[in-house]
Amino acid sequence: MATAQQNTSPKSEIAQFGADQPLRLDSGHSLSPLTIAYQTYGTLDDRRANAVLVCHALTGDQHAANTHPVTGKPGWWELMIGPGKPIDTNRYFVICANVVGGCMGTTGPGSINPATGKAYALDLPVITIRDMVRAQAMLLDHLAIPDLFCVIGGSMGGMQVLQWAASYPERVFSAIPIATAARHTSQNIAFHEVGRQAVMADPDWCGGNYIEQGKSPRKGLAVARMAAHITYLSEEALSRKFGRNLQDRDSLTFGFDADFQVESYLRHQGMTFVDRFDANSYLYMTRAMDYFDLAADYGGSLASAFTGTRTRFCIISFTSDWLFPTGGNRQVVHALNASGASVSFVEIESEKGHDTFLLDEPELHATIRGFLKAGERVRGLQAGAHAKERAKERAKERDSRGGQP
Amino acid sequence: MTEAERQARADFELIKELVSEDTRVLDIGCGDGELLSLLVDQRNVDGRGIELSQAGVNRCVANGLAVIQGDADSDLVDYPDAAFDYVILSQTIQATHRPRTVLTHLLRIGKRAIVSFPNFGHWRVRLQLSLFGRMPISSHLPYTWYDTPNIHFCTIRDFTDLCHDMNVAIECTTVFSGGGRRMPDTAPLWLRNLFGQQAVFLLSRKDGGLD
Repeated sequence: MATAQQNTSPKSEIAQFGADQPLRLDSGHSLSPLTIAYQTYGTLDDRRANAVLVCHALTGDQHAANTHPVTGKPGWWELMIGPGKPIDTNRYFVICANVVGGCMGTTGPGSINPATGKAYALDLPVITIRDMVRAQAMLLDHLAIPDLFCVIGGSMGGMQVLQWAASYPERVFSAIPIATAARHTSQNIAFHEVGRQAVMADPDWCGGNYIEQGKSPRKGLAVARMAAHITYLSEEALSRKFGRNLQDRDSLTFGFDADFQVESYLRHQGMTFVDRFDANSYLYMTRAMDYFDLAADYGGSLASAFTGTRTRFCIISFTSDWLFPTGGNRQVVHALNASGASVSFVEIESEKGHDTFLLDEPELHATIRGFLKAGERVRGLQAGAHAKERAKERAKERDSRGGQP
Repeated sequence: MTEAERQARADFELIKELVSEDTRVLDIGCGDGELLSLLVDQRNVDGRGIELSQAGVNRCVANGLAVIQGDADSDLVDYPDAAFDYVILSQTIQATHRPRTVLTHLLRIGKRAIVSFPNFGHWRVRLQLSLFGRMPISSHLPYTWYDTPNIHFCTIRDFTDLCHDMNVAIECTTVFSGGGRRMPDTAPLWLRNLFGQQAVFLLSRKDGGLD
C-alpha cells in the first residue's frame, strides 16, 4: 500500500474555506484555501448549547468514535465517546476535526499547493497549536455553534484545550486538558527531534518531496514511531507486557533479528503506523508541539493566559506518565488558581504511562462523567432530552407493534 | 453515628453558621466534599476545595465540586492574596508540616480563616499521658503514635498563644465538649482547655498585618 499522503477520507464531513476566509498563521503567512475534515456524533440541541469539541493527539485524527476508514480499527476514543459513555452522545453533540497540518483530509503538507499544482511538502508554513485552534474556531463558525459546552483532549489535544481556553474564553464553558502541559520541555523536544531526524535520514524522504518522486520514507517514519511509542508507555507497562520474553523462539539467536517480544511489538507499531500517517505531517505535528509555550504568549506568566476566565477546568494527569508528568499538569493548576479560575485536578493512579488517557481506566471515565454531568446542571442543559425522546419513540413503536418487546 | 461523625456534624453546622451567604470559600482537606456541598447548597457560596486522597477528589469532582488534589503545605502558595472570603481548615492543621506557615497563607488568601482541631489539652488526654505514661488514643484520636497523620498536636491555649504571637485577630472561638455539645462562651479558657474536645476558631487579619 502506498503511504497515506493525504487521505481523502470519504467518510468525513468537509468544511471548505475559500480565498475570502484565509487562516492567518502565527508564522505570519496565511493558508488558503483551507479544508477541514471532521466527524460529528450525537445531536445538537435547540439552544446549540451541548457541543463538545474533542481535540486529537499527535498521530490521532477525526475518527474518534467510528471505525477508522484506513485501518478498519475502532476509533481512538470509542471507550470515551458514545451512547451512555462518559462523553455521552445521547446528551452531547460531539465534534472531532483533523488538525491543520494533518493527513486525514484537513489541509496539510500532502495537500495540493494551489500556487504550484503539486503537494505542499515543506512549502506548507509551519503550523502552531494556536493555528490549529484558530482553524477549529472557523469550523465552529461554519457550523453556527456560538460556544462549546466542553473542549477535551489528551497530550497534543490537551495543548489545544489550553489554547482554546486562553484564546476564546467566552466560547469555552468547560475544559478538560488531560496528560498535557502548557509548554513542551527540553526532553519532549529532544524526543521529537530524534523522530524527525529518523524521517529525514531516510533517502526516500527526498528532501521532503517524496510524493512528487513517487517514494515514501517508510523506514524513517517507522523508526520515529518506534522511538515515540516507548515514551507513551512506562517501564512497568513494558515489563508486565513483555518482560524479556522471546518472540517465537526458545533461545537467543545471537543475531539482530527481533529476538525479544518487545522488539517485535515495536516493529509492528512502526510498520502499521506508516500505512496511515504521512511523514511530512509527522514533522509538522511534532514541530507544532515543540513550539507550544502558552505562557510565552502572555509575557511569561501562565496565569495571565487565564485572567478573568469563567471557564470550568478539570485537569487530569497519570502517575506513570513520564512524557507529560504530573508536575507539568500541576503548573497549569497553579496558574489557574492564581488567576482565580474554577479548577478541579485529579492525578490518577495508573501503571500504563502517557497512553492511559486512551485506555479503559475507570477512574478517568468516572471523573470525566461526573465533571460533565455537574457542568450540565450549571449550564442548564436539557440532559438526556434526546435519549428520552428516542425512548418515547421506541415505546410508541412497540405499542404500534402490539406490545412486542 | 460514631463519636467522630457526631463531632464532624456539629463542626459542619457551626462552620455553616459562621459563613455568610454568596461568599467565596476554600475548604482545605475537604474529604469527600460533604462540608463544601453543604455550603454550596445552603449558603450559595462559590466553593473550592483541596484534598489529598484521589478517592476523595474523584467523589468531589463527580459531584460537581471544584476540587484539586493537593495539600495545605505545598498548594497554597499560588493563590493570590484575598482570593477568598473564608478559608476553612477543618481537622487538618495538626497534620500539616508547618502549621504556622499554613496559618499565614490562610490569612493571606482568605479575608477570614476558620480553623478547627482536636484539643490535646482535654483532661482524658492529660490523664492518659500523666497517669498511664502513654500517648493518648481515643475515639477522637484513634491513631497509634507510629502511624498517626497528626504530627503537630496543640491545645486550645497553645493555638490561642500562636494567634497572639502572629498578631492574628480571634473573632470567636467555639469549643465542643463530648457528644458535640457547645461549651458556653463565658467559660474561662482553662475550663475550655480542660473539657473541650474540639475547638473552632474564626480568625482574621489585624490591621497591622501578620507577624
